[in-house]
Amino acid sequence: MQTALKVQNLKVRVGGKEILKGVDLELNYGEIHAVMGPNGSGKSTLAYTIMGREGYEIVEGDILFDGVSIKDLPADERALRGLFLGFQEPPSIPGVRFSTFLIAVINKRMGAPDLTTLKDPKKLREIYNLLNEVGLNRSVLSRELNVGFSGGEKKRSEMLQALLLDPKVIILDEPDSGLDVDGVRKIAEIIKELKAKGKAILLITHYARLFNFVEPDKVTVLVDGKVAATGGPELAHMIEEKGYQVVRQQ
Amino acid sequence: MNKGAIKLREELLKGMDAVDMLGLTSKPYKIEVELRGKITRDVVEEISRIKKEPDWMRRLRLRSLELFEKLPMPKWVPGIEEIDLEELAYYVKPEATIAKNWDDLPKEIREYYEKLGIPEAEARFLAGLYAVMDSETVYGRVKDALKEKGIVIMSMDEAVQKDLPILKEYFMRIFPPSDHKFAALHGALWSGGVFMYVPKGVKIPEPIEGFFLIGKAYEGQFEHTLIIADEGSYVNFIEGCSAPRFAGYSFHDGMVELYAHKNAVIKFTTVQNWSRNVINYNNKRAIAESGARVDWFEGSIGSKITVTYPSTILKGEGAVSRSMVVSLSKGPVIKDTGSKMIHLAPRTRSRIVNKTISAGGGVNIYRGLIKIIRGAKYSQADVECDSLIFDDKSKAHTYPHNQVDEPTAQVTHEATTGRLSEPQLFYLQSRGLGEDEAKSLIVLGFLSDILVELPFEYLNVLNRVIQLEFKELGSVG
Ligand SMILES: Nc1ncnc2c1ncn2[C@@H]1O[C@H](COP(=O)(O)OP(=O)(O)OP(=O)(O)O)[C@@H](O)[C@H]1O
Ligand SMILES: [Mg+2]
Repeated sequence: MQTALKVQNLKVRVGGKEILKGVDLELNYGEIHAVMGPNGSGKSTLAYTIMGREGYEIVEGDILFDGVSIKDLPADERALRGLFLGFQEPPSIPGVRFSTFLIAVINKRMGAPDLTTLKDPKKLREIYNLLNEVGLNRSVLSRELNVGFSGGEKKRSEMLQALLLDPKVIILDEPDSGLDVDGVRKIAEIIKELKAKGKAILLITHYARLFNFVEPDKVTVLVDGKVAATGGPELAHMIEEKGYQVVRQQ
Repeated sequence: MNKGAIKLREELLKGMDAVDMLGLTSKPYKIEVELRGKITRDVVEEISRIKKEPDWMRRLRLRSLELFEKLPMPKWVPGIEEIDLEELAYYVKPEATIAKNWDDLPKEIREYYEKLGIPEAEARFLAGLYAVMDSETVYGRVKDALKEKGIVIMSMDEAVQKDLPILKEYFMRIFPPSDHKFAALHGALWSGGVFMYVPKGVKIPEPIEGFFLIGKAYEGQFEHTLIIADEGSYVNFIEGCSAPRFAGYSFHDGMVELYAHKNAVIKFTTVQNWSRNVINYNNKRAIAESGARVDWFEGSIGSKITVTYPSTILKGEGAVSRSMVVSLSKGPVIKDTGSKMIHLAPRTRSRIVNKTISAGGGVNIYRGLIKIIRGAKYSQADVECDSLIFDDKSKAHTYPHNQVDEPTAQVTHEATTGRLSEPQLFYLQSRGLGEDEAKSLIVLGFLSDILVELPFEYLNVLNRVIQLEFKELGSVG
């Protein structure tokens, strides 16, 4: 299996504080790699750092995407190379319609000079199909981006984008939080579908609930900015039963 | 959103650093007359003599001068301390007579307008165009069809010279020189501008444009535009302002007076794109009679300092007015804008939408007034002020003022202040948009509800100005 993403001894400082204290992780194509950990253990920090968020200062270590270091690239460049992050809490952007946003993003990728008018009408059909697939009503397109979206709508919108933009590496930061059971099941289906397409998926969550519907290939547990344990699905189930105590003691 | 709006947003968004990239450098051109120094009675008389004015105008000027000398310097106006009136040439006549053909203009002057795309716009969608350079009108042409309908349109100076009887009734009666010191100064020194009278029931679908250019440093421009729309008529006027970048500063103290008679409609659009050397005070006031409508649209892009408050006096029952302002302050720039709506009659309605964007240390100030007198029953005023702030250095202040003496009247006020936030930017960038594109999208979103309401011509003109300037733009904020 081919390595998609390699995180090497990653130490990251945010707001003057060291949050990640040497994280190693390898993610392969066609694989679901779960990252678990208690609140505040650094899961989102890891996701943001991989995506290239400003203010997430890499003090040591590297991030390789398809064998090439991306740590000095801006976020948009990483995105265009095929990295995607589904946000734990996508910010609301008042005034910008969901459709306007999607069109801008699609056009940018197609190299259209004008980001506002849809060049390829087939894309609209695709958007409609995907809305259906993730369980969102079409009317959401005319709403302002993430403004007043329910927790579930936000997660569905993030999944829709993961499907629409066709990235190679997909980081999903708690894609199941705020979802009802049907929602979780749906998200799980989509994750399986993405895996079947050969995508590399980094699945961040602190509950193993999602794993009842989609089994991870690998599990990495973060505690206090460090890898506390690695293993297979059984590790996730053990944590589900006994809590993070298990790995803390190791 | 219409095509124009989309295009505009792109241009708007790409950058806000106005005239820097115009590609217009201040080039020498021939000047016929230039007056500067202390502003005295003699000087004012001299201007009146050069312009061969009737006596009433000479007296109006002198009365204005007296008021100017008497009235106190308004302390609260930003930038006042930067103006040394004695340093300015207050009357500059370029060596050119009013041309009806672009080819008849001196090459140096024609080039300015060509770079701004004015002749092209004229050919594409204008019913008429007047171009003022410094203190005098250098170009004027209207479609023959307008004259056939009995529309009177000419340079303000020509109208005064001809002593059109209607002038006396209106000239500085809507905006009297006694209003404030700079209105008085305008009255004393005014030169250039457009006069227009639209007869009863005549509708002019295509816009007429007045374009005002300041060619060099240390001069004052005091153009005067007066539009009288008689009963049931319709007119759409666009005012464009620009200046090349020069060393030093220049001062603009223009005036617009509008009179919309019963059931008339006046749309007045300003695309203000002075260079960063221009201190811009603009005096704009309209009177709307019963059933009339006055719409102000203002795109305040350029200048170092701008102080302007489009105002409408809703004088007749059921009169309606809107004022929509988009103001950009990027860098060491102050925009003191706002609108005033004075409701004097029952069932009058007004709406103000003011959107400001502050970036790179820019300051936007909204100063608004809603006044509804007792007896203006069931009148309604709605005010919306939205500010978008790009960074910690930039500021937006809102000073709304309501004076409502009629119990059945309704006033609503909404104000929002948004900050361009890092999470928003990161989110958009994580989807592949560059920093500028991300900011663009956010600004577009911010302006979206006003863009859809703007007249197409506005977008077109604004677009034209911005296109030139933002060709090689850098990043915003
Ligand atoms: N800007 C910042 N300045 C200082 N500390 C920060 C900053 N951002 C995050 N942190 C801290 O970093 C730690 C890790 O946060 P992070 O969001 O990565 O945790 P998480 O594992 O995603 O938690 P959760 O499960 O709650 O989502 C927390 O202690 C948080 O308070
Ligand atoms: Mg998190």
